[in-house]
Amino acid sequence: MLAKDQYLAYLNKVLGVLKEVKTRFGRFILLTVFLTPLLTMMALAWISPVVLTIYLSFTDLNIQNLLTFNVRLTLENFGKIFKYDPFVPEVLRITVMYVTSVLFINAIYSLILSIVLAYLIRNEFLSIFLRVSWLIPRITPGIIYALMWNWFIDPRSGLLNPLLQALGVPAEWLPRSWLLQKPYSQLLMIIVNGYVGASFGMIVYTAAIKSVPDDIIHAAKVDGASDLQVARHIIIPLLKWPILFVTAWQTLSLMASYEQILMIWGSGGGGGYRGITRAAGVTVWALYSYTKAFDDFEYGYASALSLLLVIIGIALIILYFKIFGFRRLMEPSRVEV
Amino acid sequence: MATGGRSSRSWRYVSKVLKALVILGVAVIPLVPIWSMVAWLAIQSFSKKVTLGLVPLGLSIENWRFLWSPVRAGLKEYPNIWPVTINTLLLALGVSMLVVLVSTLGGYAISRIDFKGRTLLMEFIIALHAFPSIILLIALFIILNKLGLYGKGIITLIGIAIIKAGLEIPMSTWIIKGFFDSIPWDLEWAALVDGCSRLKAWKSVILPQVLPGIAAVAIFSFLAGWSEFLLVFTYVKDETYYTLPVLLYHMIGEFKFIDWGLLAAMGLFYTIPTLLFFTLTQKVLLRIYVGGVKG
Repeated sequence: MLAKDQYLAYLNKVLGVLKEVKTRFGRFILLTVFLTPLLTMMALAWISPVVLTIYLSFTDLNIQNLLTFNVRLTLENFGKIFKYDPFVPEVLRITVMYVTSVLFINAIYSLILSIVLAYLIRNEFLSIFLRVSWLIPRITPGIIYALMWNWFIDPRSGLLNPLLQALGVPAEWLPRSWLLQKPYSQLLMIIVNGYVGASFGMIVYTAAIKSVPDDIIHAAKVDGASDLQVARHIIIPLLKWPILFVTAWQTLSLMASYEQILMIWGSGGGGGYRGITRAAGVTVWALYSYTKAFDDFEYGYASALSLLLVIIGIALIILYFKIFGFRRLMEPSRVEV
Repeated sequence: MATGGRSSRSWRYVSKVLKALVILGVAVIPLVPIWSMVAWLAIQSFSKKVTLGLVPLGLSIENWRFLWSPVRAGLKEYPNIWPVTINTLLLALGVSMLVVLVSTLGGYAISRIDFKGRTLLMEFIIALHAFPSIILLIALFIILNKLGLYGKGIITLIGIAIIKAGLEIPMSTWIIKGFFDSIPWDLEWAALVDGCSRLKAWKSVILPQVLPGIAAVAIFSFLAGWSEFLLVFTYVKDETYYTLPVLLYHMIGEFKFIDWGLLAAMGLFYTIPTLLFFTLTQKVLLRIYVGGVKG
């Protein structure tokens, strides 16, 4: 009798374990099925290139040993960046100018713009129409944006020079080529990218302004506050976090951005982007790294140049998590227009 | 603020004018270039000649000749538009399908299955969302090269589709996860109680609920593939496998001195799908677009 009970209890236990194993196994299979594609793609498109960039920075990979991959480990690339490459200081200067100026448009100008769009303009239709218009540079495919700018600045058929002349700018102040003449080309670079970036700030800020309770604004207005005072003393203080967020987010994406510059100057210059961006003084750091890889075929050196950006990027992202926390960083993917 | 009736009225008038000036100066006048560019693209593509960019002189469909005849500049003949359009379409569809497949699976797992490292994975996805992928182009080139996918025509395009999808996936997984989050648990429980396996419940009960999300992600990633420039520009050197933006890039430099009309028509032709999708699905799409990291 005792033996049978023991046996049954034992059997139950085994069955329990088996069932547990089965559910765990089922869960494991389920997870594998659902997560493997995601993890594989992230490993392929994000993790391995980051690791490879680190590795390549310490090699002399170039066009000659690209196929054999017979590379030598070296620190020369970094010596070159910090000491020997005569072009690096200029690239650095251009990048700093580019990032700070466009950042100003993206964070500060778009703040003023959002206050105008979401608070000053009472007509809902007008407000939406203007907001969609400001989104055009962002949603137009990049090459079309480049094509339209190439026409707009064209000295013969474009509209920019006639417009400026109509506004009273003397003809001799205007450049013969907006693409090539230096202070003008750099101004153009800032404006072109500013238009794209302004809408990012606009979207984040407009959502934040819309969420300011009407009561507060109404109470202030009853007390005789002007629109300027409402903006300055009520809206802007409440927008502290969004402003910080837009600034932080855009700093990183601006430091790495060069696609727009490559498209406008490259297509305008007849396909060869290297010479024209250099002559126009619009070679930003990331573009310089790109040029080094795909025009000079110095893959190792180019990787070292972009490794600096990767390091800055990772450091900034860690900083973002510290400042904003996970929840706030999730916000932008759920922002409404 | 104001004292007398008269000065109060004139003060109000002044402040109204000031307000209008601020609105004009900050939000309207800076849009003049953008509006005129869009107007130019539309007008120029159907006109023989335009003055000041916007006043058409004579209607013409000559600009659209690229649709039925080869385009030449000097001795150079550019690749026919239709194969290039098909390349672009294949790339966009490939990206879209991969993204939808991977992100619906992954998004569900992150939303509904509790596993070790779930929070970490979510944080990682958000971190990737902030990280500018554009600086990884060199390493991705080496990977493509080592996988034997470089300079192989259509296979290179497939490689590019995989990479582009991989770059889009963190963002789209996040979006789909949001859609899964909004489905009540009860629904899934009911299916499970009725004897469905988890996989079957996912397929027949949950998935139909997130169809709007899937559609949004599909369109979004299709457009991302359709407008992808840099990957194709960098990795495809054979003209036969160009996509539309790369073809346009190479034509602008040549034709900007002789034929803006052709460029505008091609530009408009290329923008049609984007315009179409935006007008059809503007609400959902704009909401997603604004989360992007572009710019």
